[in-house]
Amino acid sequence: MMENNIDEMVRKLLDGDRRMLARTITLVENGRKGHRNVMRQVYPHTGKAMIVGITGAGGAGKSTLTDILIAKFRKMGKTVGVVLVDPSSPFTGGAMLGDRIRMKKHAQDKGVYIRSIASRGTMGGLSRATYDIIRIIEAFGVDIIIVETLGTGQDEIDIVHFAHTCLVVFTPGMGDDIQAMKAGILEIADLIIMNKADLEGAETFIRHLKGAVTAADIPEGAWVPKVLPSICVSDKPANIKGQDEIIEAIYEHFAFLHKSKSLDAIKFQRLELELGLILNSELQNLIFKGLKGTGLKKKYINAILGGENDPYSVVREILDTYVLHRKDA
Amino acid sequence: MENDKKIKVVITKVGLDGHDRGAKIVVSLLKEAGMEVVYLGMFNQVEDIVQAVVDEDADVLGLSYLSGEQLIFTPKIVEEMKKNELDDVLLIVGGTIPVEDIPLLEEMGVERVFRAGSLSSEFVEYIEKNIKK
Ligand SMILES: Nc1nc2c(ncn2[C@@H]2O[C@H](COP(=O)(O)OP(=O)(O)OP(=O)(O)O)[C@@H](O)[C@H]2O)c(=O)[nH]1
Ligand SMILES: [Mg+2]
Repeated sequence: MMENNIDEMVRKLLDGDRRMLARTITLVENGRKGHRNVMRQVYPHTGKAMIVGITGAGGAGKSTLTDILIAKFRKMGKTVGVVLVDPSSPFTGGAMLGDRIRMKKHAQDKGVYIRSIASRGTMGGLSRATYDIIRIIEAFGVDIIIVETLGTGQDEIDIVHFAHTCLVVFTPGMGDDIQAMKAGILEIADLIIMNKADLEGAETFIRHLKGAVTAADIPEGAWVPKVLPSICVSDKPANIKGQDEIIEAIYEHFAFLHKSKSLDAIKFQRLELELGLILNSELQNLIFKGLKGTGLKKKYINAILGGENDPYSVVREILDTYVLHRKDA
Repeated sequence: MENDKKIKVVITKVGLDGHDRGAKIVVSLLKEAGMEVVYLGMFNQVEDIVQAVVDEDADVLGLSYLSGEQLIFTPKIVEEMKKNELDDVLLIVGGTIPVEDIPLLEEMGVERVFRAGSLSSEFVEYIEKNIKK
């Protein structure tokens, strides 16, 4: 793509052109030519949306909950962007992106933009592209961005460092696993959602979760995670409940961030994470580009294969040659 | 990181029969072939399907039929795609399609019809060779 096409693309995107938003995301997601230029131009227009992360085990009801939250935010007059992340197959690189099925009622709503993406190889975490995509949607201009990711509560969940408010969704059936996860959850979750509260065991589980929160060593003045029940599907619409309270709690948490000046800390964390990811990929690009055509990469790999060298020493050598001594060179 | 282009496909079941096993099999075959597949499920409106193609910036739209709506539904999709200037999206149809419908569908603007029983290697290869973006 020509550089002036990129300018045009970004201009339209900032103007609220939805098709251009979709195309820009693809360009950046695939690391196509011009993606750095896009991000440079987009960046000054970011940082204004409230970002809500929704994570939890497979089938917990994250997408169903997201669907209801979108509707509620829309009723409040807010525009919403949604990023649905599903895991890529580690073997084939392919992915089945099935979350959108649960969000059909918003298909024609111009105030809602939904994008499904594959995690592309980052376990439990988010790729650089995911953060870039969130930035792009921010620049397009929405009030709220919801990010759904898979997470079991045990592994590192990147969205925590990125979202203003992080919801972890549980279901009654998961009671047995809770013991092992307790510590982790309290670190991750601002709101602990007990979804499928219509099912047996929900009350006991909620009591356990609340007990865990009370027993936790939460520092004075820090946010105390809230435990909230939720029912997202039922034959009787009147039985669907809990989501108004969730929205209320999201805003309460956001207000808390404001008051406690944590918003700046989140901005800082977010940038720290992004800088690390960008540095990683750019450095790798740069170095592989530098090695291209020299035959060195092959030589290094063969040396490791032959037992004469190891990956850490090789990387050290490459860094010494290409990066650390650059100043003197 | 540079140019990790993956093929993005939107698949939807069309028809009122309420069976989408065939569509789901296609979804997993395409996933196995390394594609990123958005599955829209059943009972979707024409406008909603096409809007999903726009928002997901898909390379391919696949319609899966089981109970004979292909001649009625497909032209509506084609028209809506035209309205949205989606001429760079590959439109394919699959499922239980009578042989005599194939030329009709192709005339409507479907690029390729894969009848039930088509080899997965056949449609994977077709998609890989023919995406327009
Ligand atoms: N009984 C009951 N079922 C629910 C509730 N919320 C969601 N479900 C059902 O749980 C199933 C999974 O819901 P999803 O929203 O797809 O769950 P998810 O966490 O997004 O799933 P993945 O994205 O696949 O990890 C669906 O069949 C929903 O209808 C609830 O409150 N009660
Ligand atoms: Mg989901």
